[in-house]
Amino acid sequence: MIRVVVPWHLRTLARVGSEVELDVEGPATLRSILDALEAGYPMLRGTIRDHVTQKRRPFVRFFACGLDLSHELPDAPLPDAVATGTEPFLIVGAMAGG
Amino acid sequence: MSGVRVLVGTRKGAFVMTADGKRDRWEISGPHFAGWEIYHVKGSPVDPNRLYASQSSGWFGQIIQRSDDGGKTWMQVDNKFAYEGVPGTHQWYDGTAHPWEFARVWHLEPSLSDPDTVYAGVEDAALFRSVDGGMSWAELPGLREHGSGPFWQPGAGGMCLHTILIDPSNPDRIFIAISAAGAFRTDDGGKTWRPINNGLRSEQIPDPTAEVGHCVHRIALHPSRPSVLFMQKHWDVMRSDDAGESWREVSGNLPTDFGFPIDVHAHEPDTVYVVPIKSDSEHFVPDAKLRVYRSRTGGNEWEALTNGLPQGDCYVNVLRDAMAVDSLDSCGVYFGTTGGQVYASADAGDHWAPIVRDLPAVLSVEVQTLP
Repeated sequence: MIRVVVPWHLRTLARVGSEVELDVEGPATLRSILDALEAGYPMLRGTIRDHVTQKRRPFVRFFACGLDLSHELPDAPLPDAVATGTEPFLIVGAMAGG
Repeated sequence: MSGVRVLVGTRKGAFVMTADGKRDRWEISGPHFAGWEIYHVKGSPVDPNRLYASQSSGWFGQIIQRSDDGGKTWMQVDNKFAYEGVPGTHQWYDGTAHPWEFARVWHLEPSLSDPDTVYAGVEDAALFRSVDGGMSWAELPGLREHGSGPFWQPGAGGMCLHTILIDPSNPDRIFIAISAAGAFRTDDGGKTWRPINNGLRSEQIPDPTAEVGHCVHRIALHPSRPSVLFMQKHWDVMRSDDAGESWREVSGNLPTDFGFPIDVHAHEPDTVYVVPIKSDSEHFVPDAKLRVYRSRTGGNEWEALTNGLPQGDCYVNVLRDAMAVDSLDSCGVYFGTTGGQVYASADAGDHWAPIVRDLPAVLSVEVQTLP
C-alpha cells in the first residue's frame, strides 16, 4: 500500500482527504504511482501530468523521505519506504505566485 | 416575474448572482471552485440550467465544469484539449518559431440550438468543440491550419482565442477573434476559415494593414442583424456592415479608443457599449473616472454613462469578457472590474449600482434572462 499526500486543490477535485492509499502494480515509480492515482481518481488526469506529453506540470513537485524526487526518471524505483507505505509520497504545488 | 442570473468568473473562483426583474436585490452564491482562476462561465441559451465553466490554475492546469441545475451543483467533465495532428509553430514574442502549446480555455460558447454542444476558445489559439456536454473535446483544426497560423503572435495576455460568435440566422457561420492574430470567419460550420481584417489598421505591427496580426480585443453583434459587427480593437472601435468583409472606425468622440469589452443593447441593434481605458501602457480608466460609453447611433457619437459609478480615484480595468446584457424589456447591462466590483444597470446604462464590491479581480461576466 502506497500513501500519497495530495495538495489542497486536487483534494477538492478528487473529493478526498489529504492522503489516499493506492495499490500499485509492480515497482513503485513516479509513473506507476501516478498511473494508479489517475486510475482511481480520473478527475486528476491532466492536473499533475500534461495529458499529451505526460510530463510533470512545471509547478508540481514530488517529495518523499526528505528528498525532491521531481526530476527522477518516470520508471526509476522510488525509496523502499515509499514502496512499503512507511513514508508518504507527497505531491506538492510549488510555492509560487499568489 | 422573470429574473436574471449573472455568472461571474474571477481570479479566485466563480460567483452566481440572481435577482428578480427589478434587479435591485441580489442573492450571491460562491465562491465556486475557490482559489482557481475562472476565465469564463456561460449558460446554454436552449437550457438555462446548463452551465459551463472554465476553471484553471498555473499549478494544476485546466478543468472544465458543467452544471445541470443553474449552478447549484457542478460536475467535472473532460479537460483534454489535444491539438489535431502535429500542431506546428506560431511566432513567439521575439519573432522566433514557437510550438503550439495548450495553456487554458478562455471562452466557452454554448450552441444556440443544442445544450450538449459547446465551443471552447483556447490559448494557444485554437477552437475546440464538444457535442456531448463537455465529456470529450475535438479541435476544429481548419482554423489553426488555414495558412496564416505560423505568423500569429501572442498578445501580452497570451495567444488566446477569446471571442466566439455564432450567427443566429446561419449556424454554419461563426466569427472568432484571437489576440494578436485578428478576426476570422467560417461559413461551413468550422471546416474552413479565412481572416476578416480588411480595414483594420494597427500601427503596432510592421505592416499596419496586414491580413493578420491585429490585436482584436472583442467583437459583438445583435442577433437580429448578425452581419453588423462591432469590434473593440487594441486601439480603435470598429464596425463592419458586411459580416467582417470590411471594417470602418467608429471611435468618434470617445476620450480614448483603447479598451477591452464591447456589447450591444438587447433590443436596439445600434446601441453599443464600451469602457474606454487610458492606454495600453496604463490599463485603467482615464481621469480616474469609471465611465461606460454608449452610442445610440451604431458608433461615432458616444455619451458617458456615469450615474452610480465612481468618478474619482478609480484605477480599475474592465476585461474583454467582463460585460454582458440581459434581454428583459428594460435592457440590463452588467460589467465587472479588476478591482472586484460588479455593476448592474437595469435601465440600459442610465443608472448603475454595484451588485458586489469586493470580489477578486473579475475576468468574465455573463447574464442569463430567466423565465
